[in-house]
Amino acid sequence: MKLDYKNTPNSFDELFTPTGRARQGLSELTGFLRKMSTGNLNQRQRNAEMTIRTMGITFTVYSQGENIDREWPFDIIPRTIMKKEWDRVQQGLVQRLTALNHFINDVYNDQKIIKDKVVPGDLLKSSANFRKECVGITPQFGVWAHICGSDLIRDSDGTMHVLEDNLRVPSGVSYMLENRNISKRVLPELFESYNIQPMDNYPTQLFDTLSSISPYPADFPEVVVLTPGIFNSAYFEHSFLAQRMGAELVEGSDLVVGDDDCVYMKTVAGLSRVDVIYRRIDDMFLDPEVFYKDSALGVNGLMRAWKKGNVGLANAPGAGVADDKVVYTYVPDMIRYYLGEDPILPNVPSFKCEDKSQRQHVLENLENLVVKPANESGGYGMYIGPRENRRTTAEMKRRIKANPRNYIAQPIINLSTVPTLCDNSIEPRHVDLRPFILQSDRSFVTAGGLTRVALVKGSLVVNSSQGGGSKDTWIIEEKGS
Amino acid sequence: MMLSRVAERMYWFGRYIERTENTARLLNVNTSLMLDLPKVKFIWGSLIDITGSQPAFSARFQVEDERNVVKFLLDDPSGSIKNSVEMARENVRTTREVMPNETWEKVNALKLFVDSHMADGLKRDGRHQFLKEVLRACHEITGYLAGSMSNNEAYNFIKIGRNLERADMTTRIIDVGVLNLTKDDHPEIQEYENILWNNVLRSSTAYQMYRQHVKDRVNGEDVCDFMINDEVFPRSVVHCLKEVQSCFETLPNPDQPLRSLAHTQRMVAGSDVIVLLNEGKLHQYIDEIQEDLAEIHDQLVQSWFLHDAAEVTHETAKA
Repeated sequence: MKLDYKNTPNSFDELFTPTGRARQGLSELTGFLRKMSTGNLNQRQRNAEMTIRTMGITFTVYSQGENIDREWPFDIIPRTIMKKEWDRVQQGLVQRLTALNHFINDVYNDQKIIKDKVVPGDLLKSSANFRKECVGITPQFGVWAHICGSDLIRDSDGTMHVLEDNLRVPSGVSYMLENRNISKRVLPELFESYNIQPMDNYPTQLFDTLSSISPYPADFPEVVVLTPGIFNSAYFEHSFLAQRMGAELVEGSDLVVGDDDCVYMKTVAGLSRVDVIYRRIDDMFLDPEVFYKDSALGVNGLMRAWKKGNVGLANAPGAGVADDKVVYTYVPDMIRYYLGEDPILPNVPSFKCEDKSQRQHVLENLENLVVKPANESGGYGMYIGPRENRRTTAEMKRRIKANPRNYIAQPIINLSTVPTLCDNSIEPRHVDLRPFILQSDRSFVTAGGLTRVALVKGSLVVNSSQGGGSKDTWIIEEKGS
Repeated sequence: MMLSRVAERMYWFGRYIERTENTARLLNVNTSLMLDLPKVKFIWGSLIDITGSQPAFSARFQVEDERNVVKFLLDDPSGSIKNSVEMARENVRTTREVMPNETWEKVNALKLFVDSHMADGLKRDGRHQFLKEVLRACHEITGYLAGSMSNNEAYNFIKIGRNLERADMTTRIIDVGVLNLTKDDHPEIQEYENILWNNVLRSSTAYQMYRQHVKDRVNGEDVCDFMINDEVFPRSVVHCLKEVQSCFETLPNPDQPLRSLAHTQRMVAGSDVIVLLNEGKLHQYIDEIQEDLAEIHDQLVQSWFLHDAAEVTHETAKA
């Protein structure tokens, strides 16, 4: 089809240079798009959608008191990153998670980083995700966050920034893997001409990471995935990962803690010991004995079993202390402090509202800033300056003044764009990227990640619950290397 | 080792797929039979009796005519094909990790088909095609599992569900055949006796196998005996029980379920179906079999699906 593609002003396009040429190493993809008729591309898009339908790849939206299963929105044109750049990003992500794990272990033990005045002490006192129940514990290898999903965005210069680190129960990896399956089905010829890094080893890597934290390293570990159940929005993923790892998918009611403080699951042959739990429920629901008393999702005594070292929990309870927008602003300092290295990946420049002069700047420039509450995820409670009105701006000011610790502000980043199939044309749409990082006594980063795309023209909101779609992400090895 | 909750869902998955298939065949065979019996009016109501859904049906419909019965068995929120497919899908959806990958795709595709083609199924001219597709999809799922799933615990639970459901359905089909022919207020039915027994066979895909096995013309005595006691026909009660037995024997702690199964097997072996039919006691006998099937169900729930947290002690934990 004739490509009448115009880059969005002030946004970096991942495929085309501002003069409309293919970026280095990507001319075969642009050539392919030019060669295909509109009808052919649309047909492939429909095939992809049909595949998604029959494979039952869904995500759940909670709306008007009801859970609705929607088909996973997918655009067939891939998002591409050259391997040379990705190698550096991978190093940066491992560096970051290593520092974050040092930080978590430090704050639950000696708190050296506070004593050395690198981060302020009241940061923890006011953190919604600091669990006093975890103080004094050092899990295997000192690692708390075994699975991390970090959101990366590229600014208008093309520089990759870390927007946030999801350390509680990050989701999306199953969609990343399914996207690859679909694009292999609908764009087979491109997989022949490019050397695209495979990503389907993730479940194996995840299983190895989980196995490595078993209290009984000599045995074959019994690994289970703990899900809140079918009504959770990420249930598809829980089931997917359990299946790919050959692990049991359990609900809280399937588990019991015995009087020996070990965890057991109820099987047809009676009770059977569980060694590692990949838990996909939030801290506060894990154990009614310790956290929310009326949680029906958790297991009585689970914290007891974990503290005694009788079961591995991933991520460890309390790991979310580092998943906080204010803590985020200190990550570059942590990297220097714990590792003595310079950060490989920059943060998005951020203003901490708790700091008086930064707060003043934020209050005076709200219209041009994004304000985020410290402990929310999924884009909830976010304030986006240019889209707000006088009333919401006044309200935001009031909230910041009332609880400055709870907010950070960032300049608006014009996310990079990727060509996307829109009815009968190909247009730029904004994207982000969520790679997944695993860590125990070793580290692993996915080859690429989940690319989310804002399907609405000009929109910067990529969340699937708010009109976002997704793309396969190709890490392409340079020819001749 | 298999989770009790998962085992339970496998069991129900097996039952619901079998129920879907049985209901589809029942409707298909009877739609065609109706065309052969223009004078007989009450045939549609017997389908409600077979599926044991009289109360649910009367709550929504008054007349047992074709339109209502078909609507009920295809599209009702309870006890219909639509409902069975949904329940089967829900059971796979929550146990996808133990089934071969494409099971979910196939069950999901069946649900999408049923939802989008329901209007065809309700019309007489589209019904055959609709039901044929449902049957095909059920066979595909069962065949796919047979060819790609290890004969492990999960598979055994599916098989147990399938065979208990099947045995139950076989007894119901015979029962209705018997009841129809003994209804005094419809003397005209007697002239169609042969057609009706043929229909009983077809409702269980037993016609051809019966003809190969029983050389005599189709008659009530032989049909009832074949469908209950034949050792090798896959839908006979005896065969289904044998299948269930072989599954029970592979599972841990099978004593209680095996005991109640053996009780049923002994009862069936010690009864003469032909004598019972001629003495007018077959209906009562079938009731007894059905009660026994329910008892086997209760026993297997007790042994494998229920685990009380109170039993957690050091000793049981090691088991």
